[in-house]
Amino acid sequence: MAEMTIKKRPKNLDLTTIRLPLPGKVSILHRVSGAGLFLCFPLLLWLFSASLNSAETFAVFKGVFSTLPAKVILAGLIWAYIHHFCAGIRFLLLDLHVGIEKEAARKSAAVVFAVSIPLTLIFWGVLL
Amino acid sequence: MINRNVVGAHYGLKDWIAQRATAIIMALYTVIMGAVLLIVQPSTFEAWRGVFANGFIKFVTFIFFVSLFYHVWIGVRDIWMDYVKPTGLRLTLHVLTIAALVGYTAWAAAILWRL
Repeated sequence: MAEMTIKKRPKNLDLTTIRLPLPGKVSILHRVSGAGLFLCFPLLLWLFSASLNSAETFAVFKGVFSTLPAKVILAGLIWAYIHHFCAGIRFLLLDLHVGIEKEAARKSAAVVFAVSIPLTLIFWGVLL
Repeated sequence: MINRNVVGAHYGLKDWIAQRATAIIMALYTVIMGAVLLIVQPSTFEAWRGVFANGFIKFVTFIFFVSLFYHVWIGVRDIWMDYVKPTGLRLTLHVLTIAALVGYTAWAAAILWRL
């Protein structure tokens, strides 16, 4: 039997030294934001339920927005939704082969942050 | 561009398309609901409840939730597949994810049809 020679390729999986390009950052944050939203569904559905149930639970729902821990969590979730939305539209365009060249892809990744971060700040201002 | 014949049961392709179709439905819902809330500006409980008690809004909101939970199933399944190597643990997480999402769907329906 012939000896299989496995070529040693340079491999770096050390998360502390990996420096992702901008599209890589958009991509991993897309995953992180999606996972965060999933984990917080019980909270979000509970809030949605309270807001619609009765005038009393609506007051509870509004009260939640004025506590600091809730504000921090909701601030994170608002960012997560907006980032996931903006990055998702970019991925749909890439699927349609729009902007798949390296330069265009880097530019559209920058656009995702340029849109999602100010939009997040606006929603924080309005909702929190 | 790689040209190849796609063979098999096409489960992967089906999920890939479903992930994108549900994404488009949710994006449209987000924009439409954003516009509705900007126009109606429901600041009281009665006004807020009134928005979702509307038959059409109730219907599209439910479609949004169903799309959301199907979309989440594909995304979260991918996360388990990428990071959880022991098969037993991964399958357990898959089952728990499905159970949670089916439960959330029923919960969302209950919230909406109580109105």
